[in-house]
Amino acid sequence: MSHALSIQHLTKTYKNGFEALKGIDLQVAPGDFYALLGPNGAGKSTTISIVASLVNKSGGSVSIFGHDLDKDLYAAKRCLGLVPQEFNFNVFEPVEEIVVNQAGYYGIPRKEAWKRAEKYLVELGLWDKRKGMARLLSGGMKRRLMIARALVHEPRLLILDEPTAGVDIEIRRSMWTFLREINREGCTIILTTHYLEEAESLCRNIGIIDHGRIIENTTMKGLLHQLNTETFILDLSQPLMQLPTLPQHRLRWVDELTLEADVDRDVSLNQLFVDLNQEGVQVRSMRNKTNRLEQLFMSMVDKSRNPGVDTQ
Amino acid sequence: MSGYTNWVAFRTILTKEILRFSRIWIQTILPPVITMGLYFIIFGGLIGSRIGDMEGIRYMDFIVPGLIMMAVITNAYSNVVSSFYSAKFQRHLEEMLVSPVPNYLIILGFVGGGVCRGLAVGIAVTLVSMVFSPLAIHNLAVTLSVVVLTATLFALAGLINGVFARSFDDISIVPTFILTPLTYLGGVFYSITLLPEFWQGASMLNPILYMVNAFRYGFLGVADIGLATSYGIIIGFVLILYGVALFLLNKGIGIRN
Repeated sequence: MSHALSIQHLTKTYKNGFEALKGIDLQVAPGDFYALLGPNGAGKSTTISIVASLVNKSGGSVSIFGHDLDKDLYAAKRCLGLVPQEFNFNVFEPVEEIVVNQAGYYGIPRKEAWKRAEKYLVELGLWDKRKGMARLLSGGMKRRLMIARALVHEPRLLILDEPTAGVDIEIRRSMWTFLREINREGCTIILTTHYLEEAESLCRNIGIIDHGRIIENTTMKGLLHQLNTETFILDLSQPLMQLPTLPQHRLRWVDELTLEADVDRDVSLNQLFVDLNQEGVQVRSMRNKTNRLEQLFMSMVDKSRNPGVDTQ
Repeated sequence: MSGYTNWVAFRTILTKEILRFSRIWIQTILPPVITMGLYFIIFGGLIGSRIGDMEGIRYMDFIVPGLIMMAVITNAYSNVVSSFYSAKFQRHLEEMLVSPVPNYLIILGFVGGGVCRGLAVGIAVTLVSMVFSPLAIHNLAVTLSVVVLTATLFALAGLINGVFARSFDDISIVPTFILTPLTYLGGVFYSITLLPEFWQGASMLNPILYMVNAFRYGFLGVADIGLATSYGIIIGFVLILYGVALFLLNKGIGIRN
Protein backbone atom coordinates (compact mmCIF):
# COMPACT_ATOMS: atom_id res chain seq x y z
CA MET A 1 0.00 0.00 0.00
CA SER A 2 1.32 3.46 -0.89
CA HIS A 3 2.51 5.81 1.80
CA ALA A 4 0.24 8.73 2.57
CA LEU A 5 3.31 10.89 2.02
CA SER A 6 6.62 9.80 0.62
CA ILE A 7 9.49 12.26 0.30
CA GLN A 8 12.80 11.20 -1.22
CA HIS A 9 16.02 13.24 -1.23
CA LEU A 10 14.08 16.49 -1.22
CA THR A 11 16.24 19.57 -1.63
CA LYS A 12 15.45 23.24 -1.87
CA THR A 13 17.83 26.09 -2.50
CA TYR A 14 16.27 29.54 -2.73
CA LYS A 15 17.36 32.12 -5.28
CA ASN A 16 19.42 33.94 -2.65
CA GLY A 17 21.47 30.76 -2.21
CA PHE A 18 19.90 29.70 1.09
CA GLU A 19 19.78 25.91 1.28
CA ALA A 20 16.53 25.30 3.14
CA LEU A 21 16.36 21.52 2.60
CA LYS A 22 19.45 19.35 2.26
CA GLY A 23 17.98 16.01 1.24
CA ILE A 24 14.90 15.11 3.23
CA ASP A 25 13.63 11.54 3.28
CA LEU A 26 10.33 10.96 4.99
CA GLN A 27 7.52 8.42 4.84
CA VAL A 28 4.19 8.76 6.57
CA ALA A 29 1.89 5.77 6.71
CA PRO A 30 -1.82 5.98 5.84
CA GLY A 31 -3.93 6.72 8.91
CA ASP A 32 -0.97 8.06 10.88
CA PHE A 33 -1.03 11.13 13.10
CA TYR A 34 2.48 12.41 12.50
CA ALA A 35 4.31 15.30 14.15
CA LEU A 36 6.93 17.18 12.16
CA LEU A 37 8.85 19.26 14.64
CA GLY A 38 11.78 21.57 14.39
CA PRO A 39 13.01 24.97 15.47
CA ASN A 40 12.09 28.10 13.51
CA GLY A 41 13.78 28.10 10.11
CA ALA A 42 14.51 24.36 10.25
CA GLY A 43 12.69 23.66 6.98
CA LYS A 44 9.25 22.48 8.12
CA SER A 45 7.24 25.08 6.26
CA THR A 46 9.39 24.77 3.13
CA THR A 47 8.79 21.01 3.13
CA ILE A 48 5.05 21.50 3.55
CA SER A 49 4.93 24.22 0.89
CA ILE A 50 6.67 21.92 -1.59
CA VAL A 51 4.23 19.11 -0.81
CA ALA A 52 1.36 21.57 -1.35
CA SER A 53 2.87 22.83 -4.65
CA LEU A 54 3.31 26.34 -3.30
CA VAL A 55 7.10 26.21 -3.58
CA ASN A 56 9.09 24.63 -6.42
CA LYS A 57 11.55 22.02 -5.22
CA SER A 58 15.17 22.01 -6.34
CA GLY A 59 15.54 18.23 -6.33
CA GLY A 60 14.11 14.95 -5.10
CA SER A 61 10.60 13.60 -5.34
CA VAL A 62 7.33 13.82 -3.45
CA SER A 63 4.33 11.56 -3.77
CA ILE A 64 1.00 11.63 -2.00
CA PHE A 65 -0.80 8.28 -1.78
CA GLY A 66 1.39 7.07 -4.64
CA HIS A 67 0.73 10.08 -6.89
CA ASP A 68 4.04 11.69 -7.83
CA LEU A 69 3.90 15.50 -7.88
CA ASP A 70 5.94 15.59 -11.09
CA LYS A 71 3.92 12.96 -12.96
CA ASP A 72 0.45 13.03 -11.48
CA LEU A 73 0.08 16.47 -9.95
CA TYR A 74 -3.69 16.88 -10.00
CA ALA A 75 -4.36 13.44 -8.48
CA ALA A 76 -1.82 14.21 -5.75
CA LYS A 77 -3.46 17.57 -5.06
CA ARG A 78 -6.88 15.94 -4.73
CA CYS A 79 -5.58 13.85 -1.82
CA LEU A 80 -4.20 16.80 0.10
CA GLY A 81 -5.73 19.38 2.42
CA LEU A 82 -3.54 22.16 3.77
CA VAL A 83 -3.94 24.40 6.80
CA PRO A 84 -1.07 26.85 6.44
CA GLN A 85 0.66 28.78 9.18
CA GLU A 86 -0.44 32.23 7.96
CA PHE A 87 -4.03 33.22 7.32
CA ASN A 88 -4.46 32.96 3.57
CA PHE A 89 -8.10 33.61 2.78
CA ASN A 90 -9.80 36.69 1.42
CA VAL A 91 -10.74 38.60 4.56
CA PHE A 92 -13.38 40.51 2.60
CA GLU A 93 -15.35 37.38 1.72
CA PRO A 94 -18.13 35.84 3.81
CA VAL A 95 -17.03 32.79 5.78
CA GLU A 96 -19.33 30.33 3.99
CA GLU A 97 -18.22 31.50 0.54
CA ILE A 98 -14.58 30.84 1.40
CA VAL A 99 -15.40 27.23 2.18
CA VAL A 100 -17.84 26.74 -0.72
CA ASN A 101 -15.44 28.28 -3.24
CA GLN A 102 -12.65 25.99 -2.09
CA ALA A 103 -14.92 23.03 -2.80
CA GLY A 104 -15.57 24.53 -6.23
CA TYR A 105 -11.85 24.56 -7.05
CA TYR A 106 -11.93 20.79 -6.55
CA GLY A 107 -14.84 20.50 -8.94
CA ILE A 108 -17.44 19.76 -6.26
CA PRO A 109 -20.87 20.93 -7.50
CA ARG A 110 -22.37 23.91 -5.69
CA LYS A 111 -25.19 21.97 -4.00
CA GLU A 112 -22.85 19.38 -2.53
CA ALA A 113 -20.36 22.12 -1.62
CA TRP A 114 -22.98 23.93 0.49
CA LYS A 115 -23.82 20.67 2.28
CA ARG A 116 -20.20 19.99 3.12
CA ALA A 117 -19.59 23.60 4.12
CA GLU A 118 -22.49 23.35 6.56
CA LYS A 119 -21.12 20.09 7.98
CA TYR A 120 -17.64 21.44 8.67
CA LEU A 121 -18.72 24.92 9.76
CA VAL A 122 -21.08 23.31 12.30
CA GLU A 123 -18.42 20.85 13.49
CA LEU A 124 -15.90 23.63 13.95
CA GLY A 125 -18.33 25.97 15.68
CA LEU A 126 -18.47 28.57 12.91
CA TRP A 127 -22.02 28.08 11.68
CA ASP A 128 -23.31 31.20 13.43
CA LYS A 129 -20.58 33.25 11.78
CA ARG A 130 -21.12 31.92 8.26
CA LYS A 131 -22.64 35.09 6.80
CA GLY A 132 -20.08 37.47 8.30
CA MET A 133 -16.91 38.67 6.62
CA ALA A 134 -13.85 36.60 7.50
CA ARG A 135 -12.00 39.67 8.78
CA LEU A 136 -14.48 39.90 11.65
CA LEU A 137 -13.51 36.49 13.04
CA SER A 138 -11.25 36.12 16.06
CA GLY A 139 -7.81 34.51 15.64
CA GLY A 140 -9.06 31.12 16.84
CA MET A 141 -12.06 31.25 14.51
CA LYS A 142 -9.82 32.13 11.57
CA ARG A 143 -7.73 29.03 12.30
CA ARG A 144 -10.86 26.88 12.45
CA LEU A 145 -12.07 28.42 9.19
CA MET A 146 -8.85 27.29 7.53
CA ILE A 147 -9.41 23.78 8.86
CA ALA A 148 -12.99 23.74 7.52
CA ARG A 149 -11.73 24.99 4.17
CA ALA A 150 -8.99 22.34 4.04
CA LEU A 151 -11.47 19.56 4.80
CA VAL A 152 -14.28 20.53 2.44
CA HIS A 153 -12.99 18.32 -0.39
CA GLU A 154 -12.46 15.51 2.16
CA PRO A 155 -8.74 14.93 1.63
CA ARG A 156 -7.02 11.70 2.62
CA LEU A 157 -4.01 13.61 3.92
CA LEU A 158 -4.36 16.76 6.02
CA ILE A 159 -1.31 18.87 6.76
CA LEU A 160 -1.59 21.42 9.54
CA ASP A 161 1.21 23.93 9.92
CA GLU A 162 0.99 25.28 13.47
CA PRO A 163 -2.81 25.16 13.57
CA THR A 164 -3.12 26.21 17.20
CA ALA A 165 -0.63 29.09 17.21
CA GLY A 166 -2.10 31.95 19.22
CA VAL A 167 -5.23 30.00 20.12
CA ASP A 168 -6.45 29.88 23.72
CA ILE A 169 -6.28 26.60 25.60
CA GLU A 170 -10.02 25.89 25.49
CA ILE A 171 -10.21 26.20 21.70
CA ARG A 172 -6.93 24.33 21.36
CA ARG A 173 -8.35 21.40 23.30
CA SER A 174 -11.54 21.39 21.22
CA MET A 175 -9.42 21.41 18.05
CA TRP A 176 -7.45 18.44 19.39
CA THR A 177 -10.68 16.53 19.94
CA PHE A 178 -11.81 17.36 16.41
CA LEU A 179 -8.49 16.34 14.85
CA ARG A 180 -8.44 13.07 16.79
CA GLU A 181 -11.93 12.37 15.48
CA ILE A 182 -11.11 12.93 11.81
CA ASN A 183 -7.93 10.89 12.24
CA ARG A 184 -10.03 8.07 13.70
CA GLU A 185 -12.26 8.31 10.63
CA GLY A 186 -9.20 7.55 8.47
CA CYS A 187 -7.68 10.89 7.56
CA THR A 188 -3.87 10.89 7.79
CA ILE A 189 -2.68 13.98 9.62
CA ILE A 190 0.71 15.67 9.62
CA LEU A 191 1.10 18.35 12.22
CA THR A 192 3.77 20.92 12.89
CA THR A 193 3.60 22.75 16.17
CA HIS A 194 5.73 24.55 18.69
CA TYR A 195 3.50 23.24 21.48
CA LEU A 196 5.28 19.97 22.15
CA GLU A 197 2.61 18.94 24.61
CA GLU A 198 0.25 19.05 21.62
CA ALA A 199 2.46 16.76 19.54
CA GLU A 200 2.89 14.37 22.47
CA SER A 201 -0.81 14.26 23.13
CA LEU A 202 -1.95 13.79 19.51
CA CYS A 203 0.74 12.11 17.45
CA ARG A 204 1.83 8.50 17.17
CA ASN A 205 4.95 9.12 15.10
CA ILE A 206 7.37 11.97 14.98
CA GLY A 207 10.04 13.50 12.79
CA ILE A 208 12.43 16.19 13.92
CA ILE A 209 13.94 18.45 11.31
CA ASP A 210 16.79 20.84 11.82
CA HIS A 211 18.91 22.82 9.37
CA GLY A 212 17.12 21.19 6.44
CA ARG A 213 17.77 17.60 7.59
CA ILE A 214 15.66 15.01 9.36
CA ILE A 215 17.53 14.29 12.59
CA GLU A 216 14.98 11.89 14.09
CA ASN A 217 12.13 9.85 12.64
CA THR A 218 10.53 7.38 15.01
CA THR A 219 7.48 6.57 17.07
CA MET A 220 6.44 8.92 19.84
CA LYS A 221 6.72 6.08 22.38
CA GLY A 222 10.16 5.11 21.10
CA LEU A 223 11.33 8.67 21.28
CA LEU A 224 10.08 9.24 24.81
CA HIS A 225 11.73 5.96 25.80
CA GLN A 226 15.07 7.58 24.99
CA LEU A 227 14.58 9.98 27.86
CA ASN A 228 17.02 8.82 30.56
CA THR A 229 16.07 11.21 33.30
CA GLU A 230 12.97 13.14 34.23
CA THR A 231 12.96 16.16 36.46
CA PHE A 232 10.08 16.64 38.90
CA ILE A 233 9.14 19.58 41.04
CA LEU A 234 8.00 18.59 44.53
CA ASP A 235 5.85 20.92 46.59
CA LEU A 236 6.39 20.17 50.27
CA SER A 237 3.92 20.23 53.15
CA GLN A 238 6.45 21.57 55.67
CA PRO A 239 9.30 24.04 55.17
CA LEU A 240 12.63 22.34 54.65
CA MET A 241 15.62 23.54 56.67
CA GLN A 242 18.24 21.29 55.09
CA LEU A 243 18.54 19.50 51.74
CA PRO A 244 18.27 15.72 52.34
CA THR A 245 20.86 13.48 50.72
CA LEU A 246 19.38 10.53 48.84
CA PRO A 247 21.78 8.05 47.23
CA GLN A 248 19.60 7.22 44.18
CA HIS A 249 18.27 10.69 43.38
CA ARG A 250 19.72 14.11 42.69
CA LEU A 251 17.82 16.75 44.66
CA ARG A 252 18.06 20.52 44.38
CA TRP A 253 16.69 23.09 46.74
CA VAL A 254 14.44 25.67 44.99
CA ASP A 255 13.04 27.33 48.12
CA GLU A 256 12.07 26.15 51.57
CA LEU A 257 8.81 24.61 50.29
CA THR A 258 10.03 23.36 46.90
CA LEU A 259 12.50 20.73 45.72
CA GLU A 260 13.62 19.58 42.28
CA ALA A 261 14.36 15.87 41.86
CA ASP A 262 16.10 14.17 38.92
CA VAL A 263 14.78 10.60 38.64
CA ASP A 264 16.53 8.09 36.39
CA ARG A 265 14.32 6.07 34.07
CA ASP A 266 15.23 2.78 35.76
CA VAL A 267 14.37 4.03 39.27
CA SER A 268 10.74 3.94 40.35
CA LEU A 269 8.96 6.97 41.71
CA ASN A 270 7.85 4.83 44.67
CA GLN A 271 11.48 4.56 45.68
CA LEU A 272 11.80 8.35 45.64
CA PHE A 273 8.83 8.72 47.96
CA VAL A 274 10.07 5.98 50.29
CA ASP A 275 13.46 7.69 50.51
CA LEU A 276 11.92 11.12 51.08
CA ASN A 277 9.60 9.68 53.71
CA GLN A 278 12.54 8.20 55.57
CA GLU A 279 14.10 11.67 55.66
CA GLY A 280 10.83 13.08 57.06
CA VAL A 281 10.03 15.04 53.92
CA GLN A 282 6.28 15.18 53.19
CA VAL A 283 5.35 15.87 49.55
CA ARG A 284 2.06 17.70 48.99
CA SER A 285 2.09 17.63 45.17
CA MET A 286 4.38 16.86 42.28
CA ARG A 287 4.69 17.87 38.61
CA ASN A 288 7.07 17.49 35.67
CA LYS A 289 9.49 20.38 35.40
CA THR A 290 9.35 20.40 31.59
CA ASN A 291 7.32 18.54 29.05
CA ARG A 292 9.12 15.26 28.37
CA LEU A 293 9.07 15.73 24.62
CA GLU A 294 10.34 19.28 25.01
CA GLN A 295 13.29 17.98 26.98
CA LEU A 296 14.12 15.42 24.29
CA PHE A 297 13.52 17.86 21.46
CA MET A 298 15.95 20.38 22.93
CA SER A 299 18.52 17.68 23.54
CA MET A 300 18.27 16.37 19.96
CA VAL A 301 18.47 19.77 18.37
CA ASP A 302 21.47 20.62 20.58
CA LYS A 303 23.08 17.31 19.67
CA SER A 304 22.55 17.93 15.95
CA ARG A 305 24.15 21.35 16.29
CA ASN A 306 26.97 20.25 18.64
CA PRO A 307 27.80 16.68 17.67
CA GLY A 308 29.81 14.81 20.28
CA VAL A 309 28.48 16.80 23.24
CA ASP A 310 26.08 14.91 25.51
CA THR A 311 23.28 17.32 26.23
CA GLN A 312 20.68 15.12 27.86
CA MET B 1 -9.82 16.91 -13.78
CA SER B 2 -12.75 15.93 -15.99
CA GLY B 3 -14.62 18.36 -18.20
CA TYR B 4 -17.39 18.79 -15.66
CA THR B 5 -15.12 19.38 -12.66
CA ASN B 6 -13.12 21.85 -14.76
CA TRP B 7 -16.33 23.65 -15.59
CA VAL B 8 -17.28 23.79 -11.89
CA ALA B 9 -13.83 25.16 -11.01
CA PHE B 10 -13.98 27.78 -13.79
CA ARG B 11 -17.49 28.84 -12.78
CA THR B 12 -16.36 29.13 -9.16
CA ILE B 13 -13.49 31.48 -10.01
CA LEU B 14 -15.64 33.50 -12.39
CA THR B 15 -18.51 33.84 -9.88
CA LYS B 16 -16.08 34.81 -7.15
CA GLU B 17 -14.58 37.49 -9.41
CA ILE B 18 -17.98 38.87 -10.41
CA LEU B 19 -19.14 38.96 -6.79
CA ARG B 20 -15.91 40.71 -5.82
CA PHE B 21 -16.45 43.74 -8.06
CA SER B 22 -20.24 43.69 -7.60
CA ARG B 23 -19.93 43.96 -3.80
CA ILE B 24 -17.90 47.13 -4.15
CA TRP B 25 -19.82 48.59 -7.12
CA ILE B 26 -19.45 52.09 -5.67
CA GLN B 27 -15.71 51.76 -6.21
CA THR B 28 -15.78 49.68 -9.39
CA ILE B 29 -18.82 50.52 -11.51
CA LEU B 30 -19.97 53.98 -10.48
CA PRO B 31 -16.75 56.07 -10.83
CA PRO B 32 -16.09 55.28 -14.52
CA VAL B 33 -19.74 55.94 -15.31
CA ILE B 34 -19.55 59.37 -13.67
CA THR B 35 -16.23 60.15 -15.38
CA MET B 36 -17.58 59.20 -18.78
CA GLY B 37 -20.75 61.19 -18.09
CA LEU B 38 -18.53 64.23 -17.52
CA TYR B 39 -16.67 63.54 -20.77
CA PHE B 40 -20.02 63.47 -22.59
CA ILE B 41 -21.08 66.77 -21.03
CA ILE B 42 -17.78 68.63 -21.45
CA PHE B 43 -16.25 67.23 -24.64
CA GLY B 44 -19.40 66.14 -26.39
CA GLY B 45 -21.87 68.75 -25.26
CA LEU B 46 -19.99 71.95 -24.43
CA ILE B 47 -16.87 71.74 -26.62
CA GLY B 48 -18.25 69.32 -29.20
CA SER B 49 -21.07 71.66 -30.22
CA ARG B 50 -18.39 74.16 -31.34
CA ILE B 51 -16.31 71.51 -33.16
CA GLY B 52 -19.08 70.47 -35.50
CA ASP B 53 -18.80 67.18 -37.42
CA MET B 54 -15.98 64.63 -37.45
CA GLU B 55 -15.81 62.50 -40.63
CA GLY B 56 -19.33 63.71 -41.40
CA ILE B 57 -20.67 62.61 -38.01
CA ARG B 58 -21.83 64.83 -35.14
CA TYR B 59 -18.90 65.11 -32.71
CA MET B 60 -20.91 63.80 -29.76
CA ASP B 61 -21.92 60.72 -31.76
CA PHE B 62 -18.31 60.30 -32.91
CA ILE B 63 -16.82 60.13 -29.42
CA VAL B 64 -19.43 57.83 -27.85
CA PRO B 65 -17.92 54.51 -29.09
CA GLY B 66 -14.41 55.61 -28.15
CA LEU B 67 -15.43 56.62 -24.64
CA ILE B 68 -17.31 53.35 -24.11
CA MET B 69 -14.25 51.46 -25.30
CA MET B 70 -11.99 53.53 -23.05
CA ALA B 71 -14.13 52.60 -20.03
CA VAL B 72 -14.12 48.92 -21.03
CA ILE B 73 -10.34 48.84 -21.49
CA THR B 74 -9.43 50.53 -18.22
CA ASN B 75 -11.93 48.52 -16.17
CA ALA B 76 -11.11 45.13 -17.66
CA TYR B 77 -7.43 45.83 -16.99
CA SER B 78 -7.74 47.29 -13.52
CA ASN B 79 -10.16 44.60 -12.35
CA VAL B 80 -7.76 41.77 -13.09
CA VAL B 81 -4.56 43.49 -12.02
CA SER B 82 -6.00 44.54 -8.66
CA SER B 83 -7.83 41.26 -8.04
CA PHE B 84 -4.85 39.08 -8.95
CA TYR B 85 -2.36 41.19 -7.03
CA SER B 86 -4.65 41.31 -3.96
CA ALA B 87 -4.97 37.52 -4.15
CA LYS B 88 -1.18 37.30 -4.17
CA PHE B 89 -0.73 39.93 -1.47
CA GLN B 90 -3.33 38.39 0.88
CA ARG B 91 -2.07 34.95 -0.19
CA HIS B 92 -5.54 33.63 -0.98
CA LEU B 93 -4.28 32.83 -4.47
CA GLU B 94 -2.85 29.81 -2.63
CA GLU B 95 -6.40 28.46 -2.36
CA MET B 96 -6.27 27.88 -6.11
CA LEU B 97 -2.61 26.90 -6.25
CA VAL B 98 -3.00 24.00 -3.80
CA SER B 99 -6.14 22.75 -5.54
CA PRO B 100 -6.21 20.78 -8.79
CA VAL B 101 -7.32 23.74 -10.92
CA PRO B 102 -5.26 23.84 -14.12
CA ASN B 103 -3.45 27.13 -14.70
CA TYR B 104 -5.39 27.86 -17.87
CA LEU B 105 -8.61 27.82 -15.85
CA ILE B 106 -7.15 30.26 -13.32
CA ILE B 107 -6.35 32.57 -16.26
CA LEU B 108 -9.80 32.13 -17.81
CA GLY B 109 -11.53 32.72 -14.47
CA PHE B 110 -9.69 35.95 -13.68
CA VAL B 111 -9.91 37.17 -17.28
CA GLY B 112 -13.61 36.29 -17.37
CA GLY B 113 -14.10 38.45 -14.28
CA GLY B 114 -12.26 41.34 -15.93
CA VAL B 115 -14.31 40.99 -19.11
CA CYS B 116 -17.53 40.98 -17.09
CA ARG B 117 -16.56 44.15 -15.24
CA GLY B 118 -15.46 45.78 -18.51
CA LEU B 119 -18.80 44.89 -20.09
CA ALA B 120 -20.81 45.95 -17.03
CA VAL B 121 -19.15 49.36 -17.07
CA GLY B 122 -19.47 49.49 -20.89
CA ILE B 123 -23.22 48.86 -20.67
CA ALA B 124 -23.62 51.47 -17.92
CA VAL B 125 -21.65 54.04 -19.95
CA THR B 126 -23.72 53.19 -23.05
CA LEU B 127 -26.90 53.84 -21.07
CA VAL B 128 -25.53 57.22 -19.93
CA SER B 129 -24.47 58.04 -23.51
CA MET B 130 -28.08 57.59 -24.64
CA VAL B 131 -28.94 60.77 -22.75
CA PHE B 132 -26.63 62.67 -25.13
CA SER B 133 -26.68 60.64 -28.31
CA PRO B 134 -29.28 58.28 -29.82
CA LEU B 135 -28.06 54.67 -29.74
CA ALA B 136 -27.54 53.45 -33.28
CA ILE B 137 -25.66 50.24 -33.93
CA HIS B 138 -24.50 49.70 -37.49
CA ASN B 139 -23.27 46.12 -36.97
CA LEU B 140 -24.12 44.33 -33.71
CA ALA B 141 -21.84 41.33 -34.32
CA VAL B 142 -18.79 43.55 -34.87
CA THR B 143 -19.66 45.72 -31.88
CA LEU B 144 -20.04 42.79 -29.51
CA SER B 145 -17.11 40.76 -30.78
CA VAL B 146 -14.73 43.72 -30.71
CA VAL B 147 -15.72 44.79 -27.22
CA VAL B 148 -15.41 41.24 -25.82
CA LEU B 149 -12.06 40.63 -27.56
CA THR B 150 -10.69 43.98 -26.41
CA ALA B 151 -11.81 43.41 -22.84
CA THR B 152 -10.17 39.97 -22.99
CA LEU B 153 -6.95 41.44 -24.31
CA PHE B 154 -6.69 44.02 -21.52
CA ALA B 155 -7.81 41.60 -18.84
CA LEU B 156 -4.92 39.33 -19.92
CA ALA B 157 -2.54 42.28 -19.83
CA GLY B 158 -3.80 43.12 -16.33
CA LEU B 159 -3.16 39.55 -15.21
CA ILE B 160 0.43 39.65 -16.50
CA ASN B 161 0.92 42.96 -14.68
CA GLY B 162 -0.50 41.33 -11.54
CA VAL B 163 1.91 38.40 -11.83
CA PHE B 164 4.92 40.71 -11.92
CA ALA B 165 3.64 43.27 -9.39
CA ARG B 166 5.43 43.33 -6.05
CA SER B 167 3.68 46.33 -4.54
CA PHE B 168 0.47 48.29 -4.99
CA ASP B 169 2.54 50.94 -6.84
CA ASP B 170 3.37 48.36 -9.48
CA ILE B 171 -0.29 47.84 -10.33
CA SER B 172 -0.87 51.53 -11.05
CA ILE B 173 2.25 52.23 -13.14
CA VAL B 174 1.02 50.60 -16.36
CA PRO B 175 -2.52 52.09 -16.27
CA THR B 176 -1.19 55.56 -15.46
CA PHE B 177 1.84 55.82 -17.67
CA ILE B 178 1.01 53.50 -20.58
CA LEU B 179 -2.67 52.65 -20.81
CA THR B 180 -4.16 56.11 -20.34
CA PRO B 181 -1.83 57.91 -22.81
CA LEU B 182 -2.32 55.17 -25.42
CA THR B 183 -6.09 55.35 -24.97
CA TYR B 184 -6.19 59.13 -25.30
CA LEU B 185 -3.97 58.91 -28.38
CA GLY B 186 -5.95 55.98 -29.78
CA GLY B 187 -8.48 58.05 -31.70
CA VAL B 188 -11.10 58.29 -28.99
CA PHE B 189 -11.55 62.03 -29.47
CA TYR B 190 -10.42 62.51 -33.06
CA SER B 191 -10.00 60.86 -36.42
CA ILE B 192 -6.34 60.18 -37.19
CA THR B 193 -6.93 61.70 -40.65
CA LEU B 194 -6.69 65.05 -38.85
CA LEU B 195 -3.08 64.36 -37.86
CA PRO B 196 0.01 65.22 -39.95
CA GLU B 197 1.28 62.28 -41.97
CA PHE B 198 4.10 61.41 -39.55
CA TRP B 199 1.78 61.26 -36.58
CA GLN B 200 -0.73 59.23 -38.55
CA GLY B 201 2.04 56.67 -39.10
CA ALA B 202 3.05 56.83 -35.45
CA SER B 203 -0.55 56.31 -34.39
CA MET B 204 -0.64 53.06 -36.34
CA LEU B 205 1.78 51.62 -33.75
CA ASN B 206 -0.82 52.13 -31.05
CA PRO B 207 -2.87 48.92 -30.73
CA ILE B 208 -5.74 50.75 -29.02
CA LEU B 209 -6.35 52.69 -32.22
CA TYR B 210 -7.42 49.47 -33.95
CA MET B 211 -9.83 48.56 -31.18
CA VAL B 212 -11.43 51.98 -30.99
CA ASN B 213 -11.79 52.10 -34.76
CA ALA B 214 -13.28 48.64 -35.07
CA PHE B 215 -15.70 49.41 -32.26
CA ARG B 216 -16.62 52.72 -33.88
CA TYR B 217 -17.26 50.85 -37.11
CA GLY B 218 -19.69 48.61 -35.25
CA PHE B 219 -21.57 51.65 -33.99
CA LEU B 220 -21.33 54.13 -36.85
CA GLY B 221 -20.12 52.19 -39.88
CA VAL B 222 -17.06 54.45 -40.27
CA ALA B 223 -13.43 53.71 -39.40
CA ASP B 224 -9.93 54.93 -40.26
CA ILE B 225 -8.61 51.36 -40.45
CA GLY B 226 -9.86 48.23 -42.22
CA LEU B 227 -11.87 45.83 -40.09
CA ALA B 228 -9.77 42.78 -41.00
CA THR B 229 -6.58 44.53 -39.88
CA SER B 230 -8.20 45.49 -36.60
CA TYR B 231 -9.42 41.94 -35.91
CA GLY B 232 -6.02 40.56 -36.86
CA ILE B 233 -4.23 42.88 -34.43
CA ILE B 234 -6.69 42.28 -31.58
CA ILE B 235 -6.78 38.48 -31.93
CA GLY B 236 -3.01 38.36 -32.38
CA PHE B 237 -2.47 40.26 -29.14
CA VAL B 238 -5.01 38.10 -27.28
CA LEU B 239 -3.18 34.92 -28.32
CA ILE B 240 0.25 36.30 -27.49
CA LEU B 241 -0.82 37.60 -24.07
CA TYR B 242 -2.62 34.34 -23.24
CA GLY B 243 0.54 32.41 -24.14
CA VAL B 244 2.67 34.68 -21.96
CA ALA B 245 0.22 34.44 -19.01
CA LEU B 246 0.10 30.64 -19.25
CA PHE B 247 3.88 30.42 -19.44
CA LEU B 248 4.25 32.61 -16.33
CA LEU B 249 1.75 30.59 -14.30
CA ASN B 250 3.19 27.26 -15.43
CA LYS B 251 6.66 28.39 -14.42
CA GLY B 252 5.32 29.80 -11.16
CA ILE B 253 6.94 33.16 -11.88
CA GLY B 254 5.77 35.75 -9.37
CA ILE B 255 3.52 33.28 -7.57
CA ARG B 256 5.74 30.44 -6.36
CA ASN B 257 9.15 30.50 -4.72
